[in-house]
Amino acid sequence: MMQLKCPWCGMRDESEFVCGGTTHLARPPLTATDAEWAEYLFFRDNPKDVHLERWRHAYGCGQWFNLARHTVTHEVSSVYAMTERPPGSG
Amino acid sequence: MAGRRLEAPAGAWIDRSRSVGFSFNGRPLTGFRGDTLASALLANGVRLVGRSFKLHRPRGIFSCGIEEPCAVVDLGRGARRTPNVRATLLPLVEGLEAVSVNCWPSVGFDLGALTGACAAFLPAGFYYKTFMWPSWHVFEPAIRRMAGLGQAPRLPDPDHYEEKAADADVLVVGSGIAGLAAAVAAAHAGARTMLLAGSARLGGALGARADYEVGELAATARQLGVDVRLRTLAFGVYDHNLVCAVESLSSEGAADLPECVLRERLWKIRARAVIAAAGAFERPLLFPNNDRPGVMLAGAAVKYAFGFGVACGERAVIAANSDSAYEVAALLAALGIGIAAIVDRREGAAPIAGAAGLRVMTGAALRAVHGARSVRGCTVASLEGGRRERIYCDLVLNAGGYAPAVHLHSQAGGKLRWVPESAMFVPDGTAPGVASVGACAGVFARGAAASHAAEVGAALAQGRAPPAAPVGGAGRSDAVTRAPSGRGKQFVDVQNDVTAADVALAARESYRSVEHLKRYTTTGMGTDQGKTSNINALILMGGYTGQDPPEVGTTRFRPPFAPVTLGAIAGRRVGRLYRPLKRLPAHDWHAARGALFETFGDWSRPAAYPQAGETLEAAAQREAGTVRKRAGLFDGSPLGKLEVFGPDAARFLDLMYVGTMSTLETGQARYGALLNENGILVDDGIVARLAEQRFWVNTTTAGFERTLASFEEWLQCEFVDLKVAVTPVTSRWGNVTVAGPLAWEWLAKVGFDAALAPAAMAHMTMRETQWESAPVRVLRASFSGELGYEVNLPVDLAEGLFERLWSHAEELGAVLYGIEALEVMRVEKGYIHIGTDTDGTTLPGDVGFARGIERKAAPFVGRRSLLRPAARDPGRLQLVGLVPVDGQTLLPVGGQIAPNPPPTLSEGHVTSSHLSPELAMPIALAMLKDGSQRTGEEVRVHHLGTSIAARVTQLPFVDASGARVHG
Repeated sequence: MMQLKCPWCGMRDESEFVCGGTTHLARPPLTATDAEWAEYLFFRDNPKDVHLERWRHAYGCGQWFNLARHTVTHEVSSVYAMTERPPGSG
Repeated sequence: MAGRRLEAPAGAWIDRSRSVGFSFNGRPLTGFRGDTLASALLANGVRLVGRSFKLHRPRGIFSCGIEEPCAVVDLGRGARRTPNVRATLLPLVEGLEAVSVNCWPSVGFDLGALTGACAAFLPAGFYYKTFMWPSWHVFEPAIRRMAGLGQAPRLPDPDHYEEKAADADVLVVGSGIAGLAAAVAAAHAGARTMLLAGSARLGGALGARADYEVGELAATARQLGVDVRLRTLAFGVYDHNLVCAVESLSSEGAADLPECVLRERLWKIRARAVIAAAGAFERPLLFPNNDRPGVMLAGAAVKYAFGFGVACGERAVIAANSDSAYEVAALLAALGIGIAAIVDRREGAAPIAGAAGLRVMTGAALRAVHGARSVRGCTVASLEGGRRERIYCDLVLNAGGYAPAVHLHSQAGGKLRWVPESAMFVPDGTAPGVASVGACAGVFARGAAASHAAEVGAALAQGRAPPAAPVGGAGRSDAVTRAPSGRGKQFVDVQNDVTAADVALAARESYRSVEHLKRYTTTGMGTDQGKTSNINALILMGGYTGQDPPEVGTTRFRPPFAPVTLGAIAGRRVGRLYRPLKRLPAHDWHAARGALFETFGDWSRPAAYPQAGETLEAAAQREAGTVRKRAGLFDGSPLGKLEVFGPDAARFLDLMYVGTMSTLETGQARYGALLNENGILVDDGIVARLAEQRFWVNTTTAGFERTLASFEEWLQCEFVDLKVAVTPVTSRWGNVTVAGPLAWEWLAKVGFDAALAPAAMAHMTMRETQWESAPVRVLRASFSGELGYEVNLPVDLAEGLFERLWSHAEELGAVLYGIEALEVMRVEKGYIHIGTDTDGTTLPGDVGFARGIERKAAPFVGRRSLLRPAARDPGRLQLVGLVPVDGQTLLPVGGQIAPNPPPTLSEGHVTSSHLSPELAMPIALAMLKDGSQRTGEEVRVHHLGTSIAARVTQLPFVDASGARVHG
């Protein structure tokens, strides 16, 4: 069980959170092709590396936030707000 | 053979003044306080303690600790029977009752042992290869009865368990000299330190010998405030340094246990740094019949002698592949146990001090062990062959080298390194968050182990990197890649009856991966998880396949390190607390009026209010029929309720729902269907506009949490610019629903505002008003198809309103109705229930909402998915009504619709089915391929071998014009 740092509540056990999967997905417009829409709905990268994902402190403040987590070591290198750009992206 | 107690000072752990009575297989025996079941059995001369897993061979006590593969017993009886308890860890208590596992009728005369006589025909994979026709499952039950270990209790567990979370700066696992030294150093350096000892005593292997330094360290640890937990076994290290451990709290098996005890505690310990000091396991050697009772690990015999004062035998032969054999021989000889010979397979091994005068044979091996139920001697010969010599002995000890307990290190992701001279794997550096010290780090020299552990403890306490481990001191031990020749089975894994021949067979059949070897032969499985067998198995495997041990590698070390009871993992989450049910605010009021409660989702709700002698079905028919003719009262409080407000509330709800909410006037309400991004129907309900920027949103009862979470996710993650707040108010508002032609008359009788009368208040509107000075929100809507009012009011006033209304029920001929009657009525009206009539493939167009989508101009979640080719496929399942052609047979829910009986392709299925009191015949809802085009068609419904003719009808079944609702 990991420990994650909620930006509002601090370090908490993973069991207080819900993982929302990959973050920074751009939602295509209604005019997107079927292929583009399918890509958005169903296709995700599964890196053996740092993964940018969104989590919700479901059994706490209820807030969503982003984090950068290494999928092998579970090292969390960054926690940032939903509306922020990923670290290192300028 | 009679067991024997040695004289003091041997027996440091027992109190000879306190005798303890216990029984084994019904035979009354006595031991001393401080004994384990195993030490007491050995002291009583009990050698045969069980039968093996597959071959039913006689087995005895093999070790003196957690690695025990053979001496597992069933403890206690009835509800407290605990299967597969390691006798080597179980503290002896007065009245303890233990029985052997896997034997019938008795451990001495076991019919299953006939299996052993046929052992030549039972190689690895035998069962899977042989019992293939017609199906493994035909044979499986009988084979499972024959194989296996203890019996699980059939009664509910009377005891309870708890869970505790803790955190520490430094957590030390293991209480030998290294663990104690590390804990003392960490505590000295100011760290909050916790120490877990798997056994009931501190000190590990040296503790048995009443070692002075170990005693001092243990005392210092306590003085420094180290949180010491005895009988607490750390079984796994998980992400971010979470260590889980089980603490045994009760005197297991004691005759005087109260009816219910706190039996075990599950610890979840988050530690900044973890120090593994788990020691090492001794490795047995391969020789014929190396599983006989009386064949043991050498270190175990020393522990039994010094710790428990038990002589495991009078005359021992030590089978050696390690320098440790000489130290063991010296220690045992000093206590007066005869050493017949040290048979060292290594050429030119040099006896060490203390073993002088003992008979040592080098370059030699055991070729036979004599005696079936107890060792009576062995035959020895040199490795090249040559003259065989029979030696009398009653004990054969294995000194085959060591296997460091690298489990925690490996679980934490640490790598291993092979030390060829000692034939062992040791940690290669430290694992993330876990540093190893002492024997589990490959540091066997006691001085080096203690000083290195202290350095590691101090370094981790101060946040410094721990120093590298000075690996060494285990002495020379050869990797034995071939089993020596001789008659009789040579067991690699005694618990699972896996022999060297089985490993050879697996190699011949091209199983090269050690993971495949494990699964094919079952070596390393079972309650001991191969603690004494894994390394020998992989060395052998390497020998047969031409690989060195590091190339073969180890199987993955997964938690748990040792078996954990399910009770400890479940903790308090059992029985009523497993999933606590939500109760209605007026629960007791309904109960007093004869409600039959059933579980619906998270709620305990009245299914119906049966009268004397009435069935649930009959009650539902009566209640529904009365609502249609007169009126009924229903508790709708669990219905999900949200308030959505803010400048962008209307725009947000347009995005969420298929229905357009922004065009609602204040006081108007509209049905809304909620889709997910895949276009799937996931919830529905009524949305009412309370004010320009304020909406009342009803969700389904089951979908409330889900809908609230999805609203929050869309607002926080996608539509971040919208100024909207969502507040859950389900538990704030009670819902008293009144339905039926007399609904308004009923409400008027208890003083509701005349502005709510049907003439003044249209269907699908909501009024905020007062009832007897209480704020109420009254929604005119209906799930029954009759004139209906949902009176939402502060939750603690709900019971009062029920009581007031109910006082007029008799004069109106009205009833209370439950979920079953509501179901009957909504099916009559063709109203869908999300999750019952729909599933994870249902799109809104499939249930008749296509026109609403086409009309809607604003974008909404899921819209793009409705344009996919699959969403517009004409062959989709669509909602229809079904009636039986004979007008009598109830159509089974789940029944498949197809022209021919199965196996065949299904055209759809029945989703809801009831007897209609209005039509006096069965009716059903179904999802049917092209359903909307098939009205009037006769279809067949197949269910469990029956086939029923049914006719497709349009919906609804009752009041097609809606005159009653709009009234």
